[in-house]
Amino acid sequence: MNAVHKKRLIIVIVGVAVFSAAAALVLYALNENINLFYSPTQVAEGEAPVNKRIRVGGMVAEGSVEREPDSLKIQFTVTDYENSLIVHYDRVLPDLFREGQGIVATGKLDDKGRFQASEVLAKHDENYMPPEVSDMLKKQGANASEAAPKL
Amino acid sequence: MIPEIGHFALILSFCFSIALGVLPMLGVYQKNTLLIWLAGPLVAAQLVFIAISFALLTWSFAVDDFSVIYVASNSNRALPMVYKVTAVWGAHEGSLLLWVLILSGWAFAVGYFSRNLPNDIRAMVLSIMGLVSVGFQLFLLYSSNPFLRFLPDFPLDGNDLNPLLQDFGLIVHPPMLYAGYVGFSVAFSFAIAALLSGRLDASWARWSRPWTNIAWVFLTLGITLGSWWAYYELGWGGWWFWDPVENASLMPWLVGTALLHSLAVTEKRGAFKSWTVLLAISAFSLSLLGTFLVRSGVLTSVHAFAVDPERGMFILVFLAVVIGTSLIIYAVRAPTVKSYAVFELFSRETLLLLNNVLLIVATMTVLLGTFYPLIYEATTGGKISVGPPYFNLIFAPLILLVLPLMTLVPQIFWKRSPTTDLIKKNIIPLLCSFILCAGLWISSDLEATNELNIQIILAVLFATWLFIALIKDLVGKLVSYKKAHQGSVFDGIRSLTLGYYGMLLAHAGIAICVIGVAVVSVYSVDKDLRLAPGDLVEMGGYQFEFKGLSQTKQANYTALTANIEVTNEAGERWIMKPEKRTYPVRQSQMTEAAIDAGFFRDLYLALGEPLTKGAWSVRIQVKPLVRWLWLGGLLMAFGGFIATLDRRYRAKKVTASGVGI
Repeated sequence: MNAVHKKRLIIVIVGVAVFSAAAALVLYALNENINLFYSPTQVAEGEAPVNKRIRVGGMVAEGSVEREPDSLKIQFTVTDYENSLIVHYDRVLPDLFREGQGIVATGKLDDKGRFQASEVLAKHDENYMPPEVSDMLKKQGANASEAAPKL
Repeated sequence: MIPEIGHFALILSFCFSIALGVLPMLGVYQKNTLLIWLAGPLVAAQLVFIAISFALLTWSFAVDDFSVIYVASNSNRALPMVYKVTAVWGAHEGSLLLWVLILSGWAFAVGYFSRNLPNDIRAMVLSIMGLVSVGFQLFLLYSSNPFLRFLPDFPLDGNDLNPLLQDFGLIVHPPMLYAGYVGFSVAFSFAIAALLSGRLDASWARWSRPWTNIAWVFLTLGITLGSWWAYYELGWGGWWFWDPVENASLMPWLVGTALLHSLAVTEKRGAFKSWTVLLAISAFSLSLLGTFLVRSGVLTSVHAFAVDPERGMFILVFLAVVIGTSLIIYAVRAPTVKSYAVFELFSRETLLLLNNVLLIVATMTVLLGTFYPLIYEATTGGKISVGPPYFNLIFAPLILLVLPLMTLVPQIFWKRSPTTDLIKKNIIPLLCSFILCAGLWISSDLEATNELNIQIILAVLFATWLFIALIKDLVGKLVSYKKAHQGSVFDGIRSLTLGYYGMLLAHAGIAICVIGVAVVSVYSVDKDLRLAPGDLVEMGGYQFEFKGLSQTKQANYTALTANIEVTNEAGERWIMKPEKRTYPVRQSQMTEAAIDAGFFRDLYLALGEPLTKGAWSVRIQVKPLVRWLWLGGLLMAFGGFIATLDRRYRAKKVTASGVGI
């Protein structure tokens, strides 16, 4: 093996090593950090894991927002018009959060079936619906005979 | 009538782009000098008509012509004039028109400043840019026409501009970002022209470098401004969210950075030629991908516009055509390009290659994280999102590897370099940064909520090492100049090239940015609190007292302003005024944070919502060194700009042998 080949071999080996290390790290990180999305119906049917970071979404049910008087704690119901789920949150809500609006929340389901959110997203364009929520509602509309509200 | 003229001008510009895309290219292959010459006038005509079109759309906004659908949905009589003008690029159609305007501007600039290029190369580059422009104008005319009307019954008043966009950040952020995205089309066109003509040599790299530099400068500014805008306007104090749209701008930036360095090797040493070309193609393809992401709404993003599958489909097809065609050209022509340079394993070339590999790996991980939800949905049907921890976990170690490379590369030579010298050069900078970091660590009191991890310590260590090594390098060069020439320090400063100073500034910018990121992620204090008038809280060495609220009415919104008195440890007092604004037209609310900005720390107050008994939820944050992020970004951009001014890019007319004089 001459010098040029030896040099190339080293470069290739180093390159492959860097790439595989990166690939392994990436796959591990991806597995650890994907947040699956569940609809309230899926949660009600017990498909969602408990105490694992997931996302849920739906419409905030009218009249469901309740605040504790002396802290930031708040709870509200998200619904896909078949089932609903109570969400607890204790941080500042986004500006576009209101009843009847589509939201997506990230957090964990506790063993009592309540959702403890660490983040609540409502979009900054009021014509915009989170794709997860609009897809979910479309699916519901196709399944259920009663008309879902127009999106 | 005015919108119709605008529409007509757009169609004319489209026709000129088609001519530009076809005729000069044909001329090159048929050796027809008239057709080659046509490139210049056609580029000018394209720019003139797209500028007319843009001006007339702006006019329609200025005079409140709500018969135009786009104006009606994004403006309002009560909107201040400056926002009426900037509302032009506040939504999809107009921002696309701005994109085409900038593209035509770039093409014109290439035509104007590259008169010293061989005529056929210049004609080819302009032709390719013309073809890109054809694609975008077709998109505008086909599915995103901003001049469509509501006829006969148009609304009396418009729907107003999204309040988030009524802000200085929006005035400057998108044009900068677009200038960067579109700027990579120049590098792309140069690369394709070089492949087609088979002239991929050092002078090609020298022509390409300043354009790539400038595009990179704009992209850097665009990202920096975007991050700053997100921080004060929508982020509740966050400065980077790993949102798909942010990733879309980061990916071309990373590849563009790799391209800059690879181009340097190609110019100086004639190596990495086909790699450089591939990077140029990738940088522009990723820019197009970024547009696709923003426009199609396929991914959940804070930036996403309302979903329109037709538009997404068009861009996807366009993307496939551009990437497909250029990769085919690459596959066919690249094997003819040979790099003859030889270099040792331990040389500047190798380290730059390693830096390139790291940047590309970083890009791929961001790409994977961004598109993984789509892949996952296509394969399993489930919906997921990839959280910021993924990106932080991957990105941080890669950057940690890049930093020492950045320190070492300027210190070693092309071809080969002795290692002993290197150790001697770095003992003092490394020691200094160790002592500095240890000192900072001991003197700081950490809040219990944030953990100090090894990555953060290494990041600060490497960044200070980089910074000190840069200063030492500059001082060393000045001292050796003085020894050799007996000249004054001033002469020494003048003897170094602008390219060198640009490198110093840009790398110092990275160091400052990394230190900012590391410190702000560990030492930030962030709390959501319930505050009633008269309440007092203490945080991060400051005292905050909620004094009360006042209400004011502005042209297109009403504002509730909280008065919060801040007292620092020295007993100084001042008032901060976070606001909650209500925009009646869209029935929307906006949080206007109060920021007390400083070189060493920012105080960030944001008003949440009203609670019972006159209390409000308030988010209070103390963010040390957060300004360094953007300061570093600005410094990087400035460095890139300085490097572009280097004398060697102002090349004279190229001689027959293809070597610049």
